[in-house]
Parts: sequence; C-alpha cells; structure tokens
Amino acid sequence: MTKEQIKDTILEIIAQIIPDEDLSNLKGDIPIREQVELDSMDFLDIIMELRKRYGIEVPEDDYIQLATLDSSVAYLEPRMREL
Amino acid sequence: MSQDWSKDIKSEYDVVVIGSGLAGLTCANMLARGGHSVLLLEQHHNLGGLATWFKRKGHIFDIALHGFPVGMIKTCRKYWTPEIASMIVQLKGIRFDNPQFSFTTTYNREDFTRILEQRFKIPRENIEGFFDTARNMNFYDDQGMNTREFFEKFFPGRDDVHRMLMESVTYANGSTLDDPAITYGIVFSNFMSKGVYTVRGGTDQFIGKMREELLKNGVAIQPKCLVEKIVIEEGKTESKKTAGVIANGKRIKSKAVVSNGNLLSTIHKLVGDENFPESFVTEAKKVRLNNSSCQVYIGIKKGERIDYIGDLLFTSKAEKFDPQELCSKNTTSRTFSIYYPQTRPGSDMYSIVASSNANYDDWANLPEREYQASKEALIQRTLDALEKYVPKIRDKIDHLEASTPKTFQRYTLHLSGASFGTKFEGLKVSMGLPKEIPGLFHTGSVGIIMSGWLGAANYGVIVAHDVDKFLSAVARNV
Repeated sequence: MTKEQIKDTILEIIAQIIPDEDLSNLKGDIPIREQVELDSMDFLDIIMELRKRYGIEVPEDDYIQLATLDSSVAYLEPRMREL
Repeated sequence: MSQDWSKDIKSEYDVVVIGSGLAGLTCANMLARGGHSVLLLEQHHNLGGLATWFKRKGHIFDIALHGFPVGMIKTCRKYWTPEIASMIVQLKGIRFDNPQFSFTTTYNREDFTRILEQRFKIPRENIEGFFDTARNMNFYDDQGMNTREFFEKFFPGRDDVHRMLMESVTYANGSTLDDPAITYGIVFSNFMSKGVYTVRGGTDQFIGKMREELLKNGVAIQPKCLVEKIVIEEGKTESKKTAGVIANGKRIKSKAVVSNGNLLSTIHKLVGDENFPESFVTEAKKVRLNNSSCQVYIGIKKGERIDYIGDLLFTSKAEKFDPQELCSKNTTSRTFSIYYPQTRPGSDMYSIVASSNANYDDWANLPEREYQASKEALIQRTLDALEKYVPKIRDKIDHLEASTPKTFQRYTLHLSGASFGTKFEGLKVSMGLPKEIPGLFHTGSVGIIMSGWLGAANYGVIVAHDVDKFLSAVARNV
C-alpha cells in the first residue's frame, strides 16, 4: 500500500466505527480524538480491526503513535507497505 | 442440574466462555465474529447472568434492568446489532425522595446543574468545576483521592449535596464515599452526559436477541451446564497453559478459557490456588466483594393501573446518607423501578421491582423460619413505603415475592451473592490472569468502572481483544 492508501484505509476503519461523525475535514497533525467523538473503546476497535484485516499487532506501548492521522500513517507504513 | 449435553457440542473449541452475563455474551460474540470457534457454557437455563427475568401469573419481572448510560446504544450497535441498539430508550423520570430533598430529574448534567444552583444554592463555578473534574477522570489516574474528599472539595460541608450525587450511584454499583473518586467520577459522568436508559421490550427480549445473534455467528451454546474445573496443563515451552474445562462431567478441550464467573470463585475454585504463584494468590485474596441485594417483585392485577409516578424512584427515610444504613437488614433506602405497559409494547401489565442493597451475612445463616419471616417483613416494609406513591397499593396486587442475598447466590453462584462483582482492585487481578497462566482470561464486573450492563459488555470486548491477540499468536507458532 502507498501512504495515501494507508490513510484511506485508516479513515475507512474509523468511519465504520463512528458512522455518525464527519471525517472529511479531519486534520492530519491534530489528535483524532480532539476532532471527533472517538472514545477509548472506539480506539480499541481500530486496533482490533487492524489485526483482523491485516494481521498487524500494535502493542499497547505504541498506541500513542496512532494519536493523529499523520503519525498513524508513518507508524503503519513499514507494516503495510508490502500489503 | 441437567447432565445432558446437546448432540452438536464438539469436544474441542478455540475458546470456551464460562458464564453468560453481559460480559461473557459480548466476549463470545466478538470472538465468534473474529472467526474463532466458541463454546458458551451457562449453568442456568436462561442466558444473561444477573441480566435476567422470571415469569409469574402473566408478569415478567426484570431482575437487573434499571438503567444504564447512553453509551449502551453505541456498545450494542458496534458489538451486537443495530436492531438490539434500537431497543434502548431513555427513562426520563428519575425521582428522589428522602428527608433532605425531593425532586424529579432527567439525571443529566444540565438538569443537575439547574437543581444544584436553584435548590441547593451552589455557586455556578463549583458546579462547573465538579462536573469538569469528574468528566476528565481516567481509570489509570491516581487513586489517592476518595469520593468523600472529591465532594468536600467542591461542596464542603454539604451532606445533602453529597447524598444527591452519591446515593443513586451506590444503588447502581455498591460503591461508597470511601472508594476512589475516579471510580465514582467515571460512572457518574457517563450518566450525566445524556441521562438514564433502559431496554424497551424487557430483559427477556434483549437477551433473546443476543442469543439469536450468537447462534447466527456460530457460537455453540450449552445452558444448564455447570463447569467444575478449568484444566491447566504443564506446557512444553512455558510452565503452565490453559487446556480446556471439565463441565457436566465431560472434558472439553480449548486453547483459551474466558471465565465470566465471579473473579474469586474463578481463581480459588475453578482454577485452584495451587496453579498460581503464592504472590498472585495473596493479591487475589485482598480483592473485596461488593455487597449483595434484596428485591421485592410486585405484580399489579390485570385491569388495575398505576398513574405515572416516575420511572426510577430513589427513596429513603434515613435522615442522612449512611452507607451502613443502606446495606442494613432493615434499611428504609430502596429503589423502585416502575414497569409501565409501554416497557413491553403489546402488554397491558404493570409491575414494580423494589431493590435495596444488602449484606450476605445478615441473611445467610438465619434459621428457616426466621428467614421466611424476614422475607415477609421485607415485603411488608416495602409495601408500606410504596403506599406513599401508589395509594392503596395492597388492593392492586396479585403477586408478591422477595429475593435476598441467598437467592442471588443460588442463581448466579456468585460468592456471597455479590450483585456488583468485586471492588476496583479486582480489575488488576482480573487483567493479570493471562500473565500467570497463558490462555486463561476473566471478564465481568470487577471494579466499579467495569460493572453494570455497559461496563460489563465493554469489558467483554476488551477481553475478546486480548483473547484474539493470544489466539492469533498461538496460530502463528503452530
């Protein structure tokens, strides 16, 4: 996957988890949870979805890396590059 | 207890879930959705654990359906189905009545702010400060401050305000002023965001829909099945591992076991202390159980009606908020849950369930005659109290029945009939199980944050996530 595809994938997963939120104006460099209603259970759903779909394991210590859209793409890129 | 196994139960599953409370049900559902083979075992004939019901003379009495935060809608939508989520509706009439105050509220921040400001004459900034602090609490925050200190900080010396903020939460989860402020703040903020919600259709329909969904997702369900032991084996590489269960005299193999039974019986009884390091057993022994409950089930005759008096009534004759009084055998503090016909669309029946907190020890060892007399006295005290809100209540009734901590223990097998699981220290022990024995998990009411229907369901999801991670790792290493 390219960085752009990874970003779209993350947005698609988030949209599936919080269907009522508008994600079109989500800024890449601001924590996602400051921009939309995404609680800790929703966040866990993202982690579960990454494992289910792509077998990607995000250890708890790395959760912080998924705070913003940009940092998520940077963190996941080496893990999703070959997909 | 039936000793029969359904014919379609296999001898091996990826995971066995013991117990079908909201946590066990939701965990089983998530694991099945994740593609794992799941066997769900329940000792009772109904699923639901304490989220249960019973039928008498055309009435359906709900045991634990009294109210949860709005988050339950989202949880049901994400981890169950939109149809199950659509059953959840708001309860708008929450009524308090005790010697210190009497009012009806929608039980949300806006309305509580209005009441605190107008009735209790609290300055706006204290109210805002209190709500904002509560809302920003996280479960990993410092547990140094207790709830009493938290109240004192914003409402010094106002035991009436403390009571208004605390009493309903104590009924909901057994917590007291001595528990950490975060355990109060998180639960209270959940309610304050949008008020109190319940299930339209009743517990029977709610759990029924969940059962259908589990079967659709391929979960094998075996009711009337008592698990005797969780099987722990010496592994090849690691020292110990989970290998399955023995239930109704039969061995079922599995890579993982999730117990939705009481945390302490899971450790001491199902697994056995001999399978844990001494330090872990010591830690587990420090976990305190929450109190139990008494309930009185009141069926209203067909054709009789009750005027709307609110949905949930928190009533007490105690002069002040007193946690001891709340749990005492002759407490005057109780919640009435009024079930109008619209609770169960299509029904024309009214029923009322009165709940109070109780200590197991006050009820467990009474001689049979004294126990029966105490139950009758409980019923009569409850009707005396209800008379104030429903005049001539005794003329309208066609069924009366009481349950005590002994009843709760008998039907749930919870130690001491605990109706709100364990205190908050249980969470750490519950989450620590898989580190002690790979493949062994626990989910259910541990700590105040993870209790109630919503907390239990969400904890089921969190544990399903850990089990899924474990099973994925096992699959990679085979």
